[in-house]
Amino acid sequence: MKNVSRRRVLRGILNGTAVNVALPLLNLFLNGNGNALANGESIPLRFGTWIWGLGMNDVIFTPKKTGANFDLPEEIASLAPVQKHINLFTRFNTFKDAAPLMCHHTGWVILRTGMAPSLQQVRPGETIDVTVAKKIGSTTRFPIISATATGDVRHSYSYESENSVNAPEFSPVGFYRNLFGPDYQDPNAAEFKPDTNVMVRKSVLSGVLDETKSLQRAAGAEDRARLDEYFSSLRDLERQFDLQLTKPEPRAACLKVAEIKGEPSAGIDTTQVAQRHKVMTQLMAMALACDQTRVFNMSYAGETAATTKAGYDKPHHTATHEEVTDPVLGYQPEVSWFTRRAMESWAEFVSILASVKEGDGTLLDHSLVYAMSDISYAKIHSLDNIPMFTAGRAGGRLKTGLHIQGNGDPGTRLGYTLMKVLGLDIPSWGTLSNTTSKEISEILV
Amino acid sequence: MTQHFFIPAAVLAGLMMAGCSAPSAPSASAAKGPGAALVTTDPKPVAGRRLITEEQYLNTIAHMFGPDIEVVAQFAPMQRTDGLLGVGAAQAGVPAGQMVKFQRAARQVAAQVVSNGNVTLRIPSRQDALIPCKPADAAKADDACARLFLGNTARLLYRRPVPEGRLNQFVAEAAKAATLSHNFYTGLAMVLEGMLLSPEVLFITDRTEPDPERPGQQRLDPYSYASRLSLLLWNAYPDDRVLKAAESGELSTAKGRKRIVEMMLDSPRLEEGMRAFFDDMLAFDSFASLSKDPAAYPGETGLTLTAAREQTLRTIYYLLVTKNLDYRDLFTTRTMLMSPILGTVYGVPTAPGWQPYTFPADSPRVGLLTQVSFLAVNAHPARSSATRRGKALRELLLCQHVPLPPPNVDFSALEDPNSAAKTARDRLTVHRKNPVCAGCHRITDPIGLALENFDGAGQYRAAEKGVEIDTSGALDGQNFRDAAGLAQALHDHPSLPSCLVRRAYGYGVGAPLKDGDTELVNQFTKQFAASGYHLRDLLQTIALSPAFLQVTPQETPKPATPKEANAQTQSRAE
Repeated sequence: MKNVSRRRVLRGILNGTAVNVALPLLNLFLNGNGNALANGESIPLRFGTWIWGLGMNDVIFTPKKTGANFDLPEEIASLAPVQKHINLFTRFNTFKDAAPLMCHHTGWVILRTGMAPSLQQVRPGETIDVTVAKKIGSTTRFPIISATATGDVRHSYSYESENSVNAPEFSPVGFYRNLFGPDYQDPNAAEFKPDTNVMVRKSVLSGVLDETKSLQRAAGAEDRARLDEYFSSLRDLERQFDLQLTKPEPRAACLKVAEIKGEPSAGIDTTQVAQRHKVMTQLMAMALACDQTRVFNMSYAGETAATTKAGYDKPHHTATHEEVTDPVLGYQPEVSWFTRRAMESWAEFVSILASVKEGDGTLLDHSLVYAMSDISYAKIHSLDNIPMFTAGRAGGRLKTGLHIQGNGDPGTRLGYTLMKVLGLDIPSWGTLSNTTSKEISEILV
Repeated sequence: MTQHFFIPAAVLAGLMMAGCSAPSAPSASAAKGPGAALVTTDPKPVAGRRLITEEQYLNTIAHMFGPDIEVVAQFAPMQRTDGLLGVGAAQAGVPAGQMVKFQRAARQVAAQVVSNGNVTLRIPSRQDALIPCKPADAAKADDACARLFLGNTARLLYRRPVPEGRLNQFVAEAAKAATLSHNFYTGLAMVLEGMLLSPEVLFITDRTEPDPERPGQQRLDPYSYASRLSLLLWNAYPDDRVLKAAESGELSTAKGRKRIVEMMLDSPRLEEGMRAFFDDMLAFDSFASLSKDPAAYPGETGLTLTAAREQTLRTIYYLLVTKNLDYRDLFTTRTMLMSPILGTVYGVPTAPGWQPYTFPADSPRVGLLTQVSFLAVNAHPARSSATRRGKALRELLLCQHVPLPPPNVDFSALEDPNSAAKTARDRLTVHRKNPVCAGCHRITDPIGLALENFDGAGQYRAAEKGVEIDTSGALDGQNFRDAAGLAQALHDHPSLPSCLVRRAYGYGVGAPLKDGDTELVNQFTKQFAASGYHLRDLLQTIALSPAFLQVTPQETPKPATPKEANAQTQSRAE
């Protein structure tokens, strides 16, 4: 297939004209069964996270039915097209124990690290995506890619340690350039010619590694950890150079992506956030299909989402605290309006991953996405019943289409289950009341 | 090689890389002193290490290679610590994703520095201006020319003499790259890329030496002191003049330090430094993602907000440095710099460019608090926020701490459809009547309500929903009737100058203040008061203070043994 037509197909996706496009398969890259690459390697397993802020309204969010074919109350009605691809988890709790409740911070930190934070100012320790990337992210160009739809680089939910944040991509143009710009090697390119400059770069880098080692030797204990991380990051760069000198394995699902030249307008109106989210998700999906990374993070909105609605003077977060609960409806209608927009984007995120054909299934089938909010009922900053989702079958290891209720169990059970599914050898996860060693067996195949 | 002795003046004007403009002999660039014995790094004890910020990186590159070098940096934001992002750099690490961004930036810089230009695109050749010599054959290695360029460049980036062994490595790497690529300049670019990834370049390391005035104690070595000075005053790495003062021993004497600090304070680069400091202190990083609801404020575009930030930074420099105004007067003056795009927001006539504009004595616009930047950044997208403005005033300008809101509060009375609440004051009364909320709102709202004559976009309004706005309030016991009264109360507040002192010192040393620093801040504040609260005097006091120079090493390091040094040399030679 010529590149021109492949480019045209994806451009159609990026313009939003067709999300569920049947993408062309290059079967020569697959084995006879279509479930592995021609070289015998399995289609890789990916892990992603997705986060939205400010929780939900329980009365119109939580399905009455559990298990399969659960009902979709009005706040999550937009999930109908992707229901078969997702699981919904409700009635799981997070526990701050003796730590203070830091409103919108505590919940997501527990669900992504297993630990309740002690101070707002203290960044979380290693987040789950980083833990997973150490297991499955060491062979790709990027161990992790992160993006935020808010346009604000400060909205990150991925931390290597308290001192090291994985800053998200916040501009679609920049995201495109970083993924598919000059450093990108098309795995399906007919020709491969190693760049001699990369060889030289690698050689020069060894001198920098020596310098760093020299500093490490002389460092005090406190300083040492940062230099160790620096050294490890240089090593990762060296590994990237090695990748650039090696012909990449062809990837049938990988298409050429038309360059993104125009930045969506700045702002955090929900329509702008949704537009940014969609474009960045599409780029992320193709980065996964082209095996540029196997671990990915997308944040739809920050924890105290300042997302706005045209004609309404309160941003989402302010509305959760100030809007009156409608006595007839039993919930805050404007707040629910914002949550519904978030759920629409979540559905779109899942749809986009499901639209990329890969092997005998889709990119989503070979992925595992862990989604959560920061809070349950935002008006009172409730940590009980923070809603969570998964999407994807993790290469056939996970069931989907289920609604699971936790009956007050630690929400960390889900993160623990997912890490076990991904092959991490961990006896338990979390600290104090968030500690768990119990998988959610209902979703395991 | 052929050395350039003539560089066009226009190029030199934008080229602060003095090493290139007046090429030093290669031997002068490499350490011959105590540091030369080691292969790659200086063995002195380390007292602290902070990561370069994006602004510092960009400023340094611009000063070394010219302001037209384009870099898309995208460095990770620092964690605001002790009120400053600059202090967060003391803890910031470099994860793999950040290293990729550093490498990308390094490639952009290096490619442009050695660029041969493009006649069609009318891009001038930079290599002629920035490389101080020509190779005998541009398709081959030229060690002498490479040594000259790389020695000068490394000295400025590493901010200290580069050990001879390391410089030899650079030259060898450049030769290898030139041979592989058949291009001398590619060789230079590759090595420059590598330098820009060095922990010696991206981390600012405080190295120490014995303090002759305090036997048994340590102080910053002159190179670390030069970096600290330069980051405080210029928000960039030191230039050739400052490094020469370190090399010559001038920075090791009180007299020498005074001369250099005065030279730096007189430099036009002070403006960059002060803009960066006040941008950080005022938490203007929020402007990067700030937007206003176009339905509520159709005139407040991204361009307006950018101009608002610029207005405050320009005004601060103009008043505090150019006019040498009392710092406290920044909050009561009716003068600010104005541009045409802002003239429409303020409703005043303007001239092209940035010109001083003085509001009449009866104008509601008084001082920094009534500038669009402060009003808009501390507000919601579609409405004002007395609470945010009050909190910002206390935390940013008075260094006070406003507690976080309690988790379990119900503000829905604010939206009670039967409520008679029309103005922000009416609405916030709900908070102050609720005992759970009252504690914090009592300390923020009476301040912020004084600014309610300005909406969320910073535009003047006399009434809200048809009700005249009551702007009376109080700040720590001083009552006032309006924004002008608030400005005066802030001007007279004893924490206003001491907060600036605290921030400037923390910013200068690049680390959180310790408990024992309180007395130091008090001393600086007294001197600040004695000087008439002039910013330049405060900067000089801090920069020349013993505290700014004296440090305690984290731990006595273990220098590389001669055997290790040898092993490294051999490993590199291979």
